[in-house]
Amino acid sequence: MTHNLPITIVTSPGGITAWLVEDRMVPVISLQFAFRGGSALDPADKAGLANLVASTLDEGAGNLPSLEFHRALEDQSIYLSFSAKRDDFHGGVKTLRDNAGEAWRLLTLALTQPRFDDEEVARVKEQLISDIQHHYADPSWVAQRTLNKMVYAGHPYQQPTSGFEETVARLTADDLRVWVSERMARDNLVVGVCGDISATDLAPLLDQIFGTLPVQSKTFELSQVTLAATGKNFTVTRGIPQTRVVMAQPGIPRTDPDWFAAMVMNYVLGGGGFNSRLMMEVREKRGLTYGVSSQLSHNKYANIMTVGAATSNENAAEAIRIIKSEWQTMANDGVSAEELKNAQTYLTGSLPLALTSTDKIADFILHLQVEHLGIDYPARRLERLGAVTRADVARAAKRLLNPEALTLVAVGQPQNLMDSIAAPDPAQGSHHA
Amino acid sequence: MLSYTQSASAEGSRGLFHPQSFTLPNGMRVVLIENHRAPIVTHMMWYRVGSADDPVGQSGIAHFFEHLMFKGTAKIPAGEISRIIARNGGDDNAFTSYDYTAYYTSIAVDRLPLIMELEADRMENLALVDEVLFTERDVILEERKQVVDSQPMHRLQEQMMTALLPHLPYGTPIIGWADEISKLDKIAADYFYAHWYAPNNAILVVSGAVTMDELRPLAEKYYGPLKPKPMLPRLRPKSDHLPAPQRITLSDPAVQLPVLNLAYVAPSYGSASDGRVPYALEVMNEIMSEGATSRLYKSLVMEQKVASSVGLYYNATALADNALMVYAAPVPDVSVDELEKALHVEIRRAVLGGFTEDEIGGAKKRMIAEATYARDSVKHPAYLFGMALTTGQDLQDIEEWPERIAAVGAAEVNAAARLVFNTENFITAILLPGENN
Repeated sequence: MTHNLPITIVTSPGGITAWLVEDRMVPVISLQFAFRGGSALDPADKAGLANLVASTLDEGAGNLPSLEFHRALEDQSIYLSFSAKRDDFHGGVKTLRDNAGEAWRLLTLALTQPRFDDEEVARVKEQLISDIQHHYADPSWVAQRTLNKMVYAGHPYQQPTSGFEETVARLTADDLRVWVSERMARDNLVVGVCGDISATDLAPLLDQIFGTLPVQSKTFELSQVTLAATGKNFTVTRGIPQTRVVMAQPGIPRTDPDWFAAMVMNYVLGGGGFNSRLMMEVREKRGLTYGVSSQLSHNKYANIMTVGAATSNENAAEAIRIIKSEWQTMANDGVSAEELKNAQTYLTGSLPLALTSTDKIADFILHLQVEHLGIDYPARRLERLGAVTRADVARAAKRLLNPEALTLVAVGQPQNLMDSIAAPDPAQGSHHA
Repeated sequence: MLSYTQSASAEGSRGLFHPQSFTLPNGMRVVLIENHRAPIVTHMMWYRVGSADDPVGQSGIAHFFEHLMFKGTAKIPAGEISRIIARNGGDDNAFTSYDYTAYYTSIAVDRLPLIMELEADRMENLALVDEVLFTERDVILEERKQVVDSQPMHRLQEQMMTALLPHLPYGTPIIGWADEISKLDKIAADYFYAHWYAPNNAILVVSGAVTMDELRPLAEKYYGPLKPKPMLPRLRPKSDHLPAPQRITLSDPAVQLPVLNLAYVAPSYGSASDGRVPYALEVMNEIMSEGATSRLYKSLVMEQKVASSVGLYYNATALADNALMVYAAPVPDVSVDELEKALHVEIRRAVLGGFTEDEIGGAKKRMIAEATYARDSVKHPAYLFGMALTTGQDLQDIEEWPERIAAVGAAEVNAAARLVFNTENFITAILLPGENN
């Protein structure tokens, strides 16, 4: 069950589709689902709306007020969760097989009859505002948030999914109800299930859980991001002994013919943990950091490549110089035959390591649907990665990597950082509504 | 020659993971938890040594040494071990705690012999050179700056542990004090290696798609030839009661909202004079802090609305007395004082009124259900057995955990709550917003 996961496509009598991996290793079932359309659709003055929905859908439903709803879940050890992402809204339930009936009942209630009682909504808002304020103490969070603000300026992606204190404060129970009626429907739903359940048993359940949702979600349009502020350096000054650095430049779409070559390139450059060039140069050879890594990300409306590290203030400029130099070297020369082979064997061989629990498998087959990757993706990924050549990587690297285009955010007291623009600390002025 | 002992619980239908185990003649214990869901294994080598075994003045050596285990042998150059594992499609890493250090690899099952060859090699043939060692020391100083010095909450918790357990090794941070880390050298590393790293101080835990008939000859081949060595004693002095309460406050300009921590001394599986007490404390933990219906969350977050988050942290898997921590964060308009009073009301309620049969029954039912979820993983069981076997427990302690939890009675939970909470002498540690400089 690795590069050919035994996925069954199950369609309910009412026409709702789910992907299923039946697996009876343990008496556990995980049902994960997503509605397309996430926090990027939050209006600017209501940033944090989707996240508040995710945090209040389990605060009472039907005739069960919040505490009773939680007690019903906990009595049967049912894990019900919702989370808002930029492009999608996720939900899921994990249950013991013997308690599955109650799990489906409570999930159905949460999706179709959420209470959104004023008292609970007010409490959860306070909790979420507190969470935002606690995040300000974390330099890494501050760096990422500042970077998003700079590179996604003018696009909803600049807003954190959590929203801001003042936008969360003004959300109401009616906002939540409108969101649910517009965004949770059958046409934007995808479902992944794994565990101790048959296709025959799953089919009618899909109708029970999702069958009463509206047929259509509200349509929306978002524009593709053009990364802003490219090549500039920003510093958020904080009195800490280390500088947290994050950098970003334009990435590559997942549908691009060079995607798999870019994946190999990123693994060799900074994605491959201890074995990447960046780790070798910045950590292993020079001891400048505990960790440095790069990522290729593909949100629906933005493709971005990022790199991050934490390093002593006095070494920050040097660490940045080395990262940019490795960026350029990769753009110029690509990878060696040995690096290519090592990346291919890791990226193909390690996939099964991630598919070892009911939840992880359900998440994975949900992800395949959310990203439109297709049921044959594990096999196709194996084949496409295996076919990548040095010339492919060199082409992708040359096309993609440009150290001059890296937008940089440093949080701390970096020394000798040239041409840096002071950026406001989001912790300051956070109380201004 | 082999003393092959299948654990008793593997025979019947009871038990959770049905581990199989034997001990090599050189003293190395081997434990297998079979899981044939995917053709992979997690191979974990655990050592009975942790930061609590750091010599005085050399805090951080156990953790530093864990990093050095990747720095090469006569056969394998520095850093190469992770590269070999990665190009075979595997993931590897390691971690150090107070009482144990573990090295783990997850990989396709047909690569198991390769992993064992590499792991056996570095157990006996590590070859450190100054240049590599000093660079890695810089990495660890950066690690300390990243995970402690730049995080106000971690700076406070470090000070809290030191105050709570002043003469116990858990009062010293696992990563060590910066000044002492910066003086660690090859002499210290070689001494540590010679006295802690040997098959008789190691436990191999394998979880995944392999049978004992396949694993045993491999373990004999690769680990059998390793020579046992005399090990140092593990010193875990019994904690004295704190002579007085102590209050610590840390202000930091990056902090927007306060956080309140209370820390109490609690017995562990390894230290409890009455072995049932830690189980009772685990049940108490469940009632007090697990889920939205737990006492603390229900009272402080949902009903009184004074806290945005609240919880209790207790880890029974330790050799010595440990910290039991309660934490809470106030919602924006509530003062720390008000929150602190509300928290102590709940703690007094636990001490004076105890818990109801209903609460205890519900908690036990949830905890036992949790054990079924624990089987839904390849790595998790390997962690459970490794932690248990390096802290004085044995296989049946994990296998019988659900039954022992089921046997906990109300009187035991109430007595355990009084044992830990019925004192004026605990640590109050408060994180506060600070002035901008």
